[in-house]
Amino acid sequence: MIEINNVTLEYDTPGGKVLAVEDASFAAKASEFVCLVGPSGCGKTTLLNMIAGFFAPTQGEIRVGGRAVSGQGQDRGVVFQDFAQLFPWRTALGNVVFGLEMKGVSRAERERIALEQLRLVKLEKFAGSYPHHLSGGMQQRVAIARALAYNPGVLLMDEPFAALDALTRDEMQRLLAEVWRETRKTVVYVTHNVAEAVYLADRVIVMTPHPGRIRAEVAVRLPRPRDPLSVEFLEHQKELLRHLTQKEEER
Amino acid sequence: MKAAISIGFFLLLYEAVARSGWFAAALVPTLPAVAKTLWWMLAEGTMARHALATLYRVFAGLAAAAATGLLLGFLMARYRPVERFFLPLVSALMPIPSLAWAPVFILWFGLGDTATILVVFYAASFPMILNTWTGARAVNPLWLRAAGAMGAGGAAMFWKVVVPGALPFIITGLRLAFQRSWIAVVGAEMLAASAFGLGWVIFDAKEFLNADIMLASLAVIGAIGFLFERLVFGSLERSTVLRWGMVRAAKA
Repeated sequence: MIEINNVTLEYDTPGGKVLAVEDASFAAKASEFVCLVGPSGCGKTTLLNMIAGFFAPTQGEIRVGGRAVSGQGQDRGVVFQDFAQLFPWRTALGNVVFGLEMKGVSRAERERIALEQLRLVKLEKFAGSYPHHLSGGMQQRVAIARALAYNPGVLLMDEPFAALDALTRDEMQRLLAEVWRETRKTVVYVTHNVAEAVYLADRVIVMTPHPGRIRAEVAVRLPRPRDPLSVEFLEHQKELLRHLTQKEEER
Repeated sequence: MKAAISIGFFLLLYEAVARSGWFAAALVPTLPAVAKTLWWMLAEGTMARHALATLYRVFAGLAAAAATGLLLGFLMARYRPVERFFLPLVSALMPIPSLAWAPVFILWFGLGDTATILVVFYAASFPMILNTWTGARAVNPLWLRAAGAMGAGGAAMFWKVVVPGALPFIITGLRLAFQRSWIAVVGAEMLAASAFGLGWVIFDAKEFLNADIMLASLAVIGAIGFLFERLVFGSLERSTVLRWGMVRAAKA
């Protein structure tokens, strides 16, 4: 479904060239949930932005659904970390219908679909609310509904719950796992939170910074819903942490 | 209600000065005297004619300035060559007081509405251009990305994201343009208008030392400005950017 082949991104700064991502390759099968994990500066968000088509890699190729990515497209839905991603001048419903509007879906039809999506994230009661009247967690749920509404095959998520408090974050993770189970989207999910990755992912790609490289791939074959306090869960967390800290030992 | 208190306080202060005897009563008439003149001018219908003549000039100039400013501001924000061409022009023309153009416009178009409207247009254009230009560039890049990812481009991106996103700046631009229009129209009427207008009547009253007529006219200008600020711009703001949480109300 998604193929990242030897992708490198280099950009110029006043201090010289910086390698944000170096020779990254991985693939995600249809309906697979893949997490990109790493500390800040490891290039995980940059990689996600390239899959979204916000900018092109310096070298290498990205394919989604068999087609080479060039620019943004409705085959991919994107959810950002910042709550401000919602359009403040549109209600929750107005935000969710946006992609359908762009597709030229009729008004009645797009509102029906949007309400369905809002129900999926348990916000149908807030369809008429403006974003600034919603909590951070609710705004992120609207953003997820908005990215799903026009039915892209791929959902790209950039630390969508990082700015939420711990309790809300747990709730959001449960909700997302549920949404994913129901929609079966291919998900690429960026996070720096190891526990979150083990909770959500089928497979975790571990990245390390300077330059941004893929360090390891760890499959998580635990049954869902997952218990974050189980021994196996903690084993996976330990393994990921080991990969993340390995670099310093090598030095 | 709160507006009544602050305006009432100012009026009381004026009345105290007027009654203090420090100045000649003909030069600083008391409020009842001004009110009487105002009432008389309103009843007789001259005030309405002055006000309508001025409003016509203000809105003709302002409408043209708003249209030009929006068009140019958005184009400048979108296209580098347009920005590069117009920005130096704007920088050079903006500091020239609009009133300095009045004699030039009178020379070209004669006394009357055309010259006055052009002065208003000149004064109101720059805040509209600059605010639209800034507003369009200040649109949150995340909205553009999100909209782009959902398939918006070209016209849809402009009308559905850039325009509403720039609205807080545009509304402020309109307010500034409106205020500058009034400054411009009063001055321009003094130079270019031959019969009617609130600015014209003020300067005409000076010839006869009619301080009460001047003050009555000033009060009408203030009242019109206040009403528009409250009813038009205030409600425009409340029904859009304030309602959407793009700007916040001041804390109580």
